[in-house]
Amino acid sequence: MNAFWIILTGSLVAVTCGLLGCYLILRKMAMVGDAISHAVLPGIVLAFLFTGSRDSVPMLIGAGAIGVFTTFLIEFFHRRGGLQTDASIGVTFTWLFALGIILISVFAGKVDLDQDCVLYGEIAYVPIDLWITKSGFIMGPQAVYILSLVFILVLSFILFGYKELYLTTFDPAFAAAIGISTSLWHYMLMGAVSLTTVASFESVGAILVVALLIANPATAYLLTENFKKMLSLSALLGVFTSILGYFLATLIDGSIAGAMSTVAGIFFLLAFLFSPKEGVIYKSFLKRSNIKLAKTQMVKNEK
Amino acid sequence: MTKKADNDIIEVHDVTVTYNKKPVLWGIDLHLPKGALIGVIGPNGAGKSTLIKSIMGLVPLSSGAVKLFNQPLEKVRKKVSYVPQRESVDWDFPASALDVVLMGRFGKLGLFKRPRKADKEVAMNSLRKVGMEGFAHRQISQLSGGQQQRVFLARALAQEAELYFMDEPFAGVDAATEKAIIALLREMSDKGKTVVVVHHDLQTAQSYFDWVVLLNMRLIASGPIEETFKPELLQQTYGGKLTLLAEVGELLQKEEFPSREKDNE
Repeated sequence: MNAFWIILTGSLVAVTCGLLGCYLILRKMAMVGDAISHAVLPGIVLAFLFTGSRDSVPMLIGAGAIGVFTTFLIEFFHRRGGLQTDASIGVTFTWLFALGIILISVFAGKVDLDQDCVLYGEIAYVPIDLWITKSGFIMGPQAVYILSLVFILVLSFILFGYKELYLTTFDPAFAAAIGISTSLWHYMLMGAVSLTTVASFESVGAILVVALLIANPATAYLLTENFKKMLSLSALLGVFTSILGYFLATLIDGSIAGAMSTVAGIFFLLAFLFSPKEGVIYKSFLKRSNIKLAKTQMVKNEK
Repeated sequence: MTKKADNDIIEVHDVTVTYNKKPVLWGIDLHLPKGALIGVIGPNGAGKSTLIKSIMGLVPLSSGAVKLFNQPLEKVRKKVSYVPQRESVDWDFPASALDVVLMGRFGKLGLFKRPRKADKEVAMNSLRKVGMEGFAHRQISQLSGGQQQRVFLARALAQEAELYFMDEPFAGVDAATEKAIIALLREMSDKGKTVVVVHHDLQTAQSYFDWVVLLNMRLIASGPIEETFKPELLQQTYGGKLTLLAEVGELLQKEEFPSREKDNE
């Protein structure tokens, strides 16, 4: 049963991240995902300090708000300060992350939270943290419920806002010209990314969540030229990542989150080599056969 | 020399746009007529794109106001179409030509609604008008520059607007496509649509447009082509840049065709 809960949690994280990641990489904002996943740390700590509990809802709200604030800061430094986007990302998230670390170390006694857990997460503990109703009925792991909620939120966001998200991603100037607020959709998307990152960080940690945000969408991008297919492929890869990652981890008796991200990386490598669209091997094969074809054509012409 | 159009559809009032506190457009006053094919002409950095962006509300105005159809933009958005520069988007985006043209319908659809069959028909028709129906399901990165520009044009047609703003629709386009596009724009203006085109090729301007806006940060001239396309006004527009000045003079005397990007159709 534990295996089931862990795989389910992993799938929920990977699928939700994968869906949002598609938008991030197409907006050339992959590293914003990285930034948010780190910058939410002070939000999480502050939520702990204010509520004094590890209750997930205030944590989600606190960290989600900081996440959106991070993207706002990045935009602000970029626009107003004329700073390059990558420099702006680098300054913003390291600073906020550092703030989080200071908060943890200062309030170490009061906060039941350690850096290791924040950075690497521990999905193996998910089945232990159960939701037990007042009558004593065991509903299953808390994380599963929270992640399911976030997944449904993200999914409906993408389903209902599909056309606006698609257009603001592809051509923001045109979107603005027909009256769609690009910044509204930008911040809603960033809000969704923050929410997902925070919900996922307990299970996979702040570093590996980036792998799930970017690796699977990047693989899907290499495999298809259709955006809808890219979304569903990315989600599907998320499920496989979780299943294979779990079994890889049990096989080598290692970190589950680490194994999941490794699997995602292997998927990417395979797509990079063998994709029919962008695959390196396929391309060189195509080139060679084209050269061969051209050569035989030339020989024929000479005759 | 600025002539006020009688049947004006675009009204630009004392518009100033600054970027990092440097003015890009300075005190522009314009009245443009309905049903005309209008060229916005000026040297690089003259603020041509900025002018149409400021009309479309895409850049903040430091001062001034814009009225379209005698109303603020918000109220008439559905009647206005905008074609951004081709390089402004990533053509490696996972989308087909039809996907992009369908975006032209989004403004009419409103929030949360998905394109229906009728919208797809309009999109296909628009692709047909630009001669791209055979490429509807082709991924946009596989299209040549000229074809991509035609897809953008088809998207604008799918908006079924009254007023069109096009930012450099001839940039990186082969001669055949340019001819096809200008014929289409001419047809649109014959049907009473107003088309404003940012253009920087002086030698074709004369035969393309019936109204010209000469711009170099300030408005130099705006009026019917026969009154505005004069050496002294062009020199004023391109003035200060000596090499360009010489070129302008040369161009006015003899016809000369520049090399263009080859189309790989």
